Amino acid sequence: MTPQITAFCHIKKNQVFLNGKRIFSTGPEVDMREFVKAAFRNTGTKYPKFFKMDDYSKLGFLAAEVLMKEVGESTIEAKSTGIVFSNRHSTLTTDQLFQDSIQSDDAFFPSPSVFVYTLPNIMAGEIAIRHHFTGENAFFVSSAFDPDWHTFYINQLFESKKISACLSGWVEMDDQSLEAFVYFVEKRKNQQNESMQHTVEELNNLYKINDK
Amino acid sequence: MAVRFVSSNIISSLGFSTEENFQNLLHGKAGIQTINDPLLYPAPFLAACIHQAELEERWIETNQKEVASTRLEKMLILSITEALSKTKIDISSSRTAILLSTTKGNIDLLNLIESIDPERLLLWKLGEFIGHYFGNPNPVRVVTNACISGVLAINTAAMMLKGERFDHIIVVGGDLVTRFVVSGFMSFLSLSETPCKPFDRDRDGLSLGEAAGTLILEKTSFPEQGDILFSGGATANDANHISGPSRTAEGSVIAIQNALNESGIAAQDIDHINAHGTATRYNDDMESIAIQRLGLSELPVNSFKGSWGHTLGAAGIIETAALIESMKADTILPTVGFNMPGTTENLIVTKKPLSKPLHTCLKLASGFGGCNAALVLNKK
Amino acid sequence: MEALIEKLKEQIIKQLNLEDITPADINEEDSLFGEGLGLDSIDALELIVLLEKEYGIRIENPKDGQKIFFSIKTMAEFIQEHQKK
Repeated sequence: MTPQITAFCHIKKNQVFLNGKRIFSTGPEVDMREFVKAAFRNTGTKYPKFFKMDDYSKLGFLAAEVLMKEVGESTIEAKSTGIVFSNRHSTLTTDQLFQDSIQSDDAFFPSPSVFVYTLPNIMAGEIAIRHHFTGENAFFVSSAFDPDWHTFYINQLFESKKISACLSGWVEMDDQSLEAFVYFVEKRKNQQNESMQHTVEELNNLYKINDK
Repeated sequence: MAVRFVSSNIISSLGFSTEENFQNLLHGKAGIQTINDPLLYPAPFLAACIHQAELEERWIETNQKEVASTRLEKMLILSITEALSKTKIDISSSRTAILLSTTKGNIDLLNLIESIDPERLLLWKLGEFIGHYFGNPNPVRVVTNACISGVLAINTAAMMLKGERFDHIIVVGGDLVTRFVVSGFMSFLSLSETPCKPFDRDRDGLSLGEAAGTLILEKTSFPEQGDILFSGGATANDANHISGPSRTAEGSVIAIQNALNESGIAAQDIDHINAHGTATRYNDDMESIAIQRLGLSELPVNSFKGSWGHTLGAAGIIETAALIESMKADTILPTVGFNMPGTTENLIVTKKPLSKPLHTCLKLASGFGGCNAALVLNKK
Repeated sequence: MEALIEKLKEQIIKQLNLEDITPADINEEDSLFGEGLGLDSIDALELIVLLEKEYGIRIENPKDGQKIFFSIKTMAEFIQEHQKK
């Protein structure tokens, strides 16, 4: 049985979509980093640590928060829930921020709280702490979102019984723009909704659903 | 169907081939030295660096194409070339794929280098460059998951071979000792002022190292006697802290259990564990707890970090390559820097080379972000 | 001392990205870690950088951090004692 996508979330152009419907937005004049903070406040979750994260982690964490409110934590097996993400820039804008703090010998003050975020899988670590996900982790870098790879990799993890559910997707950012497409995929004994299977075709559809 | 390891290469502070590195590990050599280079760090520090003049010499010898390459690219290309030269595998075949493991790639390009396209800061561009160099038609997949990247890449390669598309996967990994990485670990107060001492009572931090390594995995229906096979692999998250390991070793325990489940091997059938063993207080304590919780405290454990330093994205690959040689020779390698036991749970750490039949071995890794990985190897 | 304490509060809020917290929310005698402000081990490392960057004071032994960073008040006292004139 193919695993099922139970919810999906897009974040781009100062808008948050849940299952294809817009649930939050700000005007285009709002800085994208401020938009992410505002969208997080809008979820109603109190989590001061969010504001200490770098921009990549904030974006991934926000998408996970929106999704898990929809999925319902009580319905899943957190212990065997994995996190598999990918993007194009790894953590380049945060890397640049850290580089600025070590560029010259005269103003040489490397920041530990910036350095720790110069690894793209830290966002998975933050999400794991928040939702107690202790399953498989992987982070891949590619030129564009690759539904073929995500379905192959994650379906194999299900097949080998290493996970019962997985948070997966594309969390990307550069100096000018950000984009997250994150979805939750599960394998349950009594699946009702057969409409969203974790296949390349379906994932392609969902990824582009808000492009119009 | 089985997955076997058919060739490897290690380029590190201790040499330019797996054989040379294995001999140096066997004799307890260490590549960690004092580095006095203000471009890397304003004060002297310890690290295990690759011999620069020899790297250049080998590069000129090997590289006929005269492409402008970064230091890391030279290491990766030389590593694949040497590993490949011991096989008949066609790297330009569509049935062969390359997987790249790195944490920071060409991060030194944040300071522009003339003649190098700054786009190669992007890890997938670095991967693409390596793929094009060898004329490989498939996209080069990049795994970047902190210090478990190498082990995760090996697990991923085995998974890819279980699919239909590939016969061979070339897993290559590398990371440099850069100003970026040295400053970062310094700001975390994680670097030891003496060469690191894995699992030792007096350990006080890690030493950094740089390396590139290659492992070539092959799908086969007819494994031969003596082949080293991929048996199982898994990762797990502590869900506890982004920079400190779990005090209960939760993630590491789950990863080991899942890797064993996949391999169908019972914990008591393991002969030896090659740990992550970074020589920070918390990591080594955490691993001792994981090993104790699985009832494996009687097994000989070692770490190669005292020889090579912590080589980040290369670590899982070169350490597995050395473990494979160790299994072939039925010899457990020494833990350089270890002297007196002193971890939360007792461990039997090998100080000197130890002869023991090695049929099944466990490789561990852990990293920032609370991630843990385990890999089970089996000798046919 | 008063001025130094106020300045420290602002610097800590900025450096540690303590969103939604104002200087008035921080009691200078409350503990910075655990129950009080809830800072963690990475914040502690960041405070070491702050002392060096803003006040030119290097903490040679990180173990001293526990005492120095107990509260805003202990930090201010330490700065006053060690700042180069």
